[in-house]
Amino acid sequence: MAEIRNYTLNFGPQHPAAHGVLRLVLELDGEVVQRADPHIGLLHRGTEKLAESKTFIQSLPYMDRLDYVSMMCNEHAYCLAIEKLMGIEVPERAQYIRVMFAEITRVLNHLLWIGAHSIDIGAMTMFLYAFREREDLMDCYEAVSGARLHAAYFRPGGVYRDLPDSMPQYKASKIRNAKEIARLNATRAGTMLDFIEDFTQRFPACIDDYETLLTDNRIWKQRTVNIGIVTPERAKNLGMTGPMLRGSGIAWDLRKTQPYDVYDRMDFDVPVGVTGDCYDRYLVRVEEMRQSNRIIAQCVQWLKANPGPVITDNHKVAPPSREGMKSNMEELIHHFKLFTEGMHVPEGEAYAAVEHPKGEFGIYLVSDGANKPYRLKIRAPGYAHLASLDEMSRGHMIADVVAIIGTQDIVFGEIDR
Amino acid sequence: MSLKMEELKSAVEQVLGEKLVSAKIALDELTIVCKSADTLSVMTSLRDNAALSFEQCIDICGMDYSAYKDEPQDGPRFAVVYHLLSLTHNTRIRVRIFAEDDSFPVVPSVNDIWSAANWFEREAFDLFGIVFEGHPDLRRLLTDYGFVGHPFRKDFPVSGHVEMRYDAAQQRVIYQPVTIEPREITPRIVREENYGG
Repeated sequence: MAEIRNYTLNFGPQHPAAHGVLRLVLELDGEVVQRADPHIGLLHRGTEKLAESKTFIQSLPYMDRLDYVSMMCNEHAYCLAIEKLMGIEVPERAQYIRVMFAEITRVLNHLLWIGAHSIDIGAMTMFLYAFREREDLMDCYEAVSGARLHAAYFRPGGVYRDLPDSMPQYKASKIRNAKEIARLNATRAGTMLDFIEDFTQRFPACIDDYETLLTDNRIWKQRTVNIGIVTPERAKNLGMTGPMLRGSGIAWDLRKTQPYDVYDRMDFDVPVGVTGDCYDRYLVRVEEMRQSNRIIAQCVQWLKANPGPVITDNHKVAPPSREGMKSNMEELIHHFKLFTEGMHVPEGEAYAAVEHPKGEFGIYLVSDGANKPYRLKIRAPGYAHLASLDEMSRGHMIADVVAIIGTQDIVFGEIDR
Repeated sequence: MSLKMEELKSAVEQVLGEKLVSAKIALDELTIVCKSADTLSVMTSLRDNAALSFEQCIDICGMDYSAYKDEPQDGPRFAVVYHLLSLTHNTRIRVRIFAEDDSFPVVPSVNDIWSAANWFEREAFDLFGIVFEGHPDLRRLLTDYGFVGHPFRKDFPVSGHVEMRYDAAQQRVIYQPVTIEPREITPRIVREENYGG
């Protein structure tokens, strides 16, 4: 009889299903995983160390580069931590804008996740459908901040600027005729809020389309049902948060339990799973997109009716207007001090957490009264999830490891930091 | 909310008794300090006591206090900061445990209490050189294979000590001492109280 031995397989770091730069050392018995040892850090940029040598505002764009598919949610936690330490009041309109963009970001993240996860386990078309809607939301990012990905739009004390009055238009080109351009621009005639409102009206039908493709799909179910089951007890002990925790049946959502900004005024439901397998987490995330859509629609209604300031008027934190700066000596000094020395955050420590699309994203900020953080610790949800990969994949087939990586929604920007 | 924090503080005081070195509420967050010898018993009672039930260990991070306020420090240099979350009571707590020996900081591992601690402790070991006693697999996690030093310590320069490049003559990637000078564009300033009104 032939001798059967375990063998070790190196998965990644350059592998399309590794979601970036994950190196996974798998110990296999035949095709069954005995042990999975993730090697991370290939994208480690030392964000936390870099932040110690930058002023508070200079570190803000680094936050976008953590989880680079949900940029504004990272900024949100960072701004909340600074605001908590400094005790800044954020104008109501800015809070609504933040909540709206945090939810747009959640939809963006889940769309990328559903596309990447399904392409990993064999559903090619989903990617194209998900990116069609993603494109519209990316345009919102671009219209409001000038950047499609790394927005740097949320600032301590509010947001960088008010929502624009117009949306960018498609222009005629060699590959698109006038009729096609008119169709593409049809929803872009009004303000940005009109565009988002139109999006919220057509988006539920798009989610129905995704569900038609996947929810009852036999192959999809065979690849996800009963794969990577996490019991509620283990999910808590492993530090899981967000959809990973809710997929196991625990109704825990920081937007409900520890609301920040104006989430306490929003009407939405928290979906939970039953069995805690990959399929339940898929259902939870799809339902989250629907709920996010509801929140966006509520924010649009409020924002249309209530104009106002979008950033605090405390010029120790936020810069004065250009006009004021050029006509008023004191504001010129504020502007100069803010952009040379930066703001001073009072001595102390604060932990601010947001319900990031992937789970609890926290910023632990320690300040000793200087213009730079003394220590910044980023609590990334994906970090705790990837740590549990070993336990989740043990006893599964090697092809299921890909499904589990997909369901954890791994992004290396936040894990390696 | 702050009333809730007061209740939590008295509950913690009652449960931990003499093991509690200090407890402070600031910015609506409760921070407690414990001795490193008591770590395991403190953490177990924080998790298992029904009045506290901190089921989740949200975060563990290392701290290096050696450059705090740019002044020499009296107390221990390294600390480990734990952020715990109770889903039952919807409360958070921060536990700070100082490592007594500055040259060889050791803190007991809480990996058996929360499995989530595994990687957080590996990270703190990697970046700060804090050793977690009883950890099953204390390897480097984020830094390069064969990395020397603990990069998040305050005496470690941002630019590091070595850089990597491809050497055409040897036809391989080599490590060499860094060639860039560390520079500080915006100086770090700690102002006195009420500076500028």
